[in-house]
Amino acid sequence: MNQDIFVVVEHLRGQVADISYIMLAAARDLAQATGGEVVGVLLGHNAQDLANDLAADRLLYSDHPALAEFTSDAYQQALAGLLTAQAPRAVFFGSTSIGSDISGVLSARLGLPLVSSCIRVADGNLISQICGGKIMAESALSNETTLITMIPGGYKPAQGQTETSPAITTFEVNIEAPRVSLKQYIEPEAADVDISSENVLIAVGRGIQTEDNLELAEELAGLLGGVVCASRPVVDQGWLPTSRMVGKSGKSVKPKLYLALGISGAPEHVEGMTDAEMIVAINMDPDAPIFDIAKYGAEIDLFDLIDPLLEALEEA
Amino acid sequence: MTNIVVLAKLVPDLVEELEIAESGTALDMEWLRLIINEFDNHATEQAIILKERSGGEVTVIAPEAEGVNEMLYTIAAKGADRLILLKGDFENGVNNHALARAFASAAKELKPDLVLTGVQANDDLDGSVGPLVAEYLGMSYVGYISGVSVSGETAVARKEYPGGLIAEMEVALPAVLGIQAGEEPPRYVAISKVRQMMKTATIDEQEVGDLDASGGPVVQRMYVPEAAERAEMLEGDEEEVAARLVEIFKEAGLV
Amino acid sequence: MAANTISHFSPFTQEFYQSLFDVADGENIKTCLQCANCSGVCPLGYVMDFPPGRMISWLRAGIFDEVVESDSVWMCVSCYACVEVCPKNIPLTPGLMTRAKEEMLLAGNIPTELQSALEFSQRYGNPLGESPRKRAEWANGLEPEVPIMRKLKRPVDVLWFVGDYPSYHPRVQQTTRAFFKLLNALGIDFGILGPEESSDGDSQRLAGERGLFEVLAEKNGKAFSKYEFGEIITTDPHAYNALKNEYPALGIEYPVRHYTEFLVEHLDKIKALLKGNAEMRVTYHDPCYLGRANGVYDAPRQLLEAIPGIELVEMEHNRTTSLCCGGGGGGMWLDGFQWEKAGVRLSDWRVKEAADSQADVLAVACPYEPPRFEDAAKTVAGADKLIVKDIIELLADAL
Repeated sequence: MNQDIFVVVEHLRGQVADISYIMLAAARDLAQATGGEVVGVLLGHNAQDLANDLAADRLLYSDHPALAEFTSDAYQQALAGLLTAQAPRAVFFGSTSIGSDISGVLSARLGLPLVSSCIRVADGNLISQICGGKIMAESALSNETTLITMIPGGYKPAQGQTETSPAITTFEVNIEAPRVSLKQYIEPEAADVDISSENVLIAVGRGIQTEDNLELAEELAGLLGGVVCASRPVVDQGWLPTSRMVGKSGKSVKPKLYLALGISGAPEHVEGMTDAEMIVAINMDPDAPIFDIAKYGAEIDLFDLIDPLLEALEEA
Repeated sequence: MTNIVVLAKLVPDLVEELEIAESGTALDMEWLRLIINEFDNHATEQAIILKERSGGEVTVIAPEAEGVNEMLYTIAAKGADRLILLKGDFENGVNNHALARAFASAAKELKPDLVLTGVQANDDLDGSVGPLVAEYLGMSYVGYISGVSVSGETAVARKEYPGGLIAEMEVALPAVLGIQAGEEPPRYVAISKVRQMMKTATIDEQEVGDLDASGGPVVQRMYVPEAAERAEMLEGDEEEVAARLVEIFKEAGLV
Repeated sequence: MAANTISHFSPFTQEFYQSLFDVADGENIKTCLQCANCSGVCPLGYVMDFPPGRMISWLRAGIFDEVVESDSVWMCVSCYACVEVCPKNIPLTPGLMTRAKEEMLLAGNIPTELQSALEFSQRYGNPLGESPRKRAEWANGLEPEVPIMRKLKRPVDVLWFVGDYPSYHPRVQQTTRAFFKLLNALGIDFGILGPEESSDGDSQRLAGERGLFEVLAEKNGKAFSKYEFGEIITTDPHAYNALKNEYPALGIEYPVRHYTEFLVEHLDKIKALLKGNAEMRVTYHDPCYLGRANGVYDAPRQLLEAIPGIELVEMEHNRTTSLCCGGGGGGMWLDGFQWEKAGVRLSDWRVKEAADSQADVLAVACPYEPPRFEDAAKTVAGADKLIVKDIIELLADAL
């Protein structure tokens, strides 16, 4: 077993997923503790260019038609051979629809230990976040190649990106009669906005006062790459469709950013957004319950804030 | 006729406060309130839907835990045909490798065409149960599934990617699928029906013998992260607050 | 052929029809005149595919199955308005609507919001999904310490059954704390069950979950039996209704009063404690489960009139004709569903009436109401200055 840290790069339809860069950043921390190198592992077909900005010391690439699109069986077979041959200190997978499909199978197949939900590396140990974020677990690397699945939150993708592409070595894989094949991709419907899959939500409450003012929220959403959603009173007025409603009678959302404008934070609303990663609340009432669950707040009139905020975002 | 096996487990109910056991490396099980893993609930629903659509038999297997009998009777009231309870040393918590081995050994006997289980559980620390069981059973695994149809020797599973993208995967049976969401939300069962099941349904108990936990993590410690406090209030006039907000958004990688 | 078996009834209709006779006076349904008073007075009758009167005619035609396949029964808020006007004394609410909802539940025909409330009630003993261990957290920091029976370990005169929303909902917790203040001011010897208390189960019962109601009642019955107390009082008319009218059939029987009945007994003492001159016009909303369901109309008004400076005015609909806030019979957990079908909320209508009565304050006596009416006041024209307060709060404010 060598001391290198492998990162199984995730890509979908020609795009490297953010989690890949995040894993490279974590792998850098871990490699510092073990004294090995950060090695990217890329599987695909005519996909070498995806390696261009991966911050790895070197990259192992295997090109095979069966690897053109991700399927669990083919990818798992490809990696089984590689890991047995290479025996790295640890291997990072994304805790995703790609990584989670193969890490467990490989753990059982190769008899290697698996640590999941890792959010960051600390002093050569793995810090995992479980139970809805209520519990943290610190695990050491095992004596054998340790498989790890990673969740975002501990590193920024930029930390795993580089301008100097890593050196690429190719390797062969043997893929036999995969039992899983991709029939087709189905795109999401463009018409419906599903607020529960958005990363950024600008939420408006009664404080928005009139339908016309929604435009301001829409502008804000545009600049932040998000979508406007609302608490019930706004939907009741007919200013937004029910598909935009967050709360007990509406949808539950878990965006990266929930910017609540003029929302008091009544339990019926909070129920639908309490799991948001970062809640920022703007409300004139210092006692508004929303401030109890928000990370940042400002006791300010949202109408005073909106224009300066739009300007500041445009300049950024 | 499809022979479907559902693997379900109970996990910590996050409504309650969670505490760490004295050992410092595991959850305190004493006051822990358990609830069916939300995704196993979806898997159950998907299994029943498949049975209703094209016939078949649904067997549910669950490891012993406080409240498991009620969970099994509820699933029976929804339409499951057979209930199997795994009896073993599960009391003090068990990692998924050990659980998966126990599941696989029980499921093997049933010669299932399709095994459904939740794609993940909130207390997973050594990966989720599905992929492990698949390998122990020598079957393929596809996870993050939100729709399944079966015809003959294959299943077509809708696999979810971020942003609402779906990949239709054709899977040779028998196979294990990790369910993210059933085609319909889990149905409601009136308590009177569950109580009725308690009188009429039987739970087969199976001893699992020694549990093999190899493959799990080496946990140094478990701890509760620092509690979040009330919002950090941003001071200043609207220009200052706006500037500070943009800084915050930048730090979070949103701008 | 057996009596009561009607040849053209589908088996389902037959069974359903028979089951209605189990309710007190249930057989009166046989004498329905099809006068449509019920459908007419029903606040949401106009949106239902099958308002009560039509349900009965479909029943008689032997095709009741169609009724439970539609979802119109979920528009019923169990407000007893129909019972109040039926010339043949048919117990429509318990004897038809609740039974129909039970069938809907068994068939799995249930809106998602309601499903969550029922599942929470079963798991956590309250429909809000809060931890049962936190049921008495409203009492944190209060002086003197709120007496919890398990710690008190002695008999009390009065067991105060707090209820779900008064325990957990932030707005209603204010009313709960105000009541605590009142009880202390009057020197009442009381205790609460705290985490040992479960939901009274009445709204769940009316929403069709008879089995759940019995499970919850049993739990409460066990808790009650551990302690000694003279009577039970509660601020929640739904709990009051359950404890008084439904629990005895399960073998759980205690004297019980709504807080208005209880306080009225201490009226002189209260008057002596009330100060100041409130100088406000107050209108009182008769809750369905205190008023129509249990006939308590005067006690709340007596309490209000005792507060110095209050001018009591009546809304257009009052006492027996009071307009439901829409929270009963599961309505509290059918908000989105009913809103989508009706395009209006019952609480909006009621708040409009309050605004029209020129009142400054809308006084209530049921925990469902402060959040519902305050929400409505936000959007109903002319109601933006309307204050919603429980009678308890008005009394406590005047102490």
